[in-house]
Amino acid sequence: MTVARVDRPRRAPAAAVRASDTGARCLRRRRRLTALAFVAPLLVYLAAFYLYPLYRNLDLSLRDYTVRSFVAGDAPFSGWDNFRTVLGDPTFGPAMRHTMVFTFVSIAFQYAIGLALAVFFNRHFRLSTVLRALFLIPWLLPLIVSASTWSWMFNSESGVVNYLLHFLGVAPVGWLTSPTWALASVIIANIWIGIPFNLVILHSGLQNIPGELYEAAALDGAGAWQQFRRITFPLLRPVSAITLLLGLVYTLKVFDLIWIMTKGGPGDASSTLATWSYQLGFGTLLPRFGPGAAVGDILILIALAFGLLYIRVQRRQES
Amino acid sequence: MKSRTGKRRHTVIGLLLTALMLFPVYWMVNVSLTPQRDMRKSPPDLLPLHPTFEGYRAVLDDQLPYLGTSLLIGLGTVALTLLLAAPAGFALAKLRPRGTGALGLALLIAQMIPGIVMAMGFYGIFLDLGLLNSWWGLIVADSTIAVPFGVMIFTAFMSGIPGELVSAARIDGAGAWRTFRSVVLPLSRNAIVTVSLFGFLWAWSDFVFANTLDGGGGWKPITLGIYKYIGNNNQEWNAIMATAVVASVPAAVLLVLAQRYVAAGVTAGAVKD
Repeated sequence: MTVARVDRPRRAPAAAVRASDTGARCLRRRRRLTALAFVAPLLVYLAAFYLYPLYRNLDLSLRDYTVRSFVAGDAPFSGWDNFRTVLGDPTFGPAMRHTMVFTFVSIAFQYAIGLALAVFFNRHFRLSTVLRALFLIPWLLPLIVSASTWSWMFNSESGVVNYLLHFLGVAPVGWLTSPTWALASVIIANIWIGIPFNLVILHSGLQNIPGELYEAAALDGAGAWQQFRRITFPLLRPVSAITLLLGLVYTLKVFDLIWIMTKGGPGDASSTLATWSYQLGFGTLLPRFGPGAAVGDILILIALAFGLLYIRVQRRQES
Repeated sequence: MKSRTGKRRHTVIGLLLTALMLFPVYWMVNVSLTPQRDMRKSPPDLLPLHPTFEGYRAVLDDQLPYLGTSLLIGLGTVALTLLLAAPAGFALAKLRPRGTGALGLALLIAQMIPGIVMAMGFYGIFLDLGLLNSWWGLIVADSTIAVPFGVMIFTAFMSGIPGELVSAARIDGAGAWRTFRSVVLPLSRNAIVTVSLFGFLWAWSDFVFANTLDGGGGWKPITLGIYKYIGNNNQEWNAIMATAVVASVPAAVLLVLAQRYVAAGVTAGAVKD
């Protein structure tokens, strides 16, 4: 962006020599029209395929839809009724709580493990680049692949997780089938998927910490832990903030993984706002689009709150 | 001397950690090769000592159309994304029309909207227009995942192209379109590769839009192929895992061929350099 600003004064004198004042204005207008022509397809696209679906979703949440009126498009306006229904639903409390637990526990582990790995891989040993690349695999796999693999690994009778626990003398756990463990299971799978993202971003943040700082600290007799606490962690704080907030926004809206592994069940044991919204709208033979869309709206509000916080932090770091 | 053994120890620990991390991937491959009669064996075979390809035969028999559809949808999404994002990135980076800042903010926010919300909105629209269960409707929906990201990558990359090159083309009499096509676009190869990679991977992996908008048609992507497998015959896990292995191939290929672009894409937008 600085480049664009640098070349502007250079162009301006050339234009002034060639044209009079009105000519320059004409030229500027033409340039503005050219720029508009380049972004116009994007603007049309955003209006048609972002704003309009969002508007439709909002519209859904404010009307009393049935399957018939959904097709006919003549559902009566019902104001906040759908939101009242949703807030009064016995699933709302658990879904909200599970969303928060899922998000924050996932983020905490992803970040801690990602940071530890980033520090480890920053030591440039043989194969470190190759191994770091291999760590990306879980993040690149289609979610349905990871979700179905974990489903089978968590199988209560034939799953490899219970087999490994058996070695440690732990009795078999009904990972996906018991209400106690369903949420924990999807969290574990989600942590696994999110580690690479944290590793890559934090690792690139570590690259920007000058090596001399560590050398000086080592001369002063600081050990590895001291160096981490006094140098790495404080200097990594801006990158950490960005990583955590971005992870938060992404984790809030996780749907595929939970839906494929447990469908939010058993009962509501692992349902989050995302899966509940989908369950209401598409999960049954009798769809309740209105309440489903209302839950979606609530989810957007939460995501935007963290999203705006992210944008603020990022802007402040840039200036 | 001491530091060399230290380094070697690091390599050993690194190998162990990687093995631990990739165990689920290994397990997916192992199960895909396990004969059906050994599937419920306790303890399970940790190595594929009696490998069978019956799972992969099932993939060939059942899943080829799904794979073809996914390929088509992935490529279509990439084309649509590049077509929209590259010119817009050029405008935002070099022409800077009024409202550039606001548009950048809108793109950032667009990336935070949950997929299920978009899916529900699209469902209503597609129902009205009769676009449900069409492959190109799914391309449009999938592109919404990649377009904001693409514009941001192109803007960031093209901002780094020296302004002198652009003004030199201008002085030689090239219009904005010629400048974009003949100067800026050829220089933006890295951005094109990064955006294409992620656009393809996201479209290939998409489940939410596919399951919502394309559940009943003849053109279903591979994610639905796997999902249907899990739902229907949830006993034949070697077939399910074999499909999962095949569905992972694009991710693996991209990682091998274009690792630095992948890392660039992950960090883009998150870290200022």
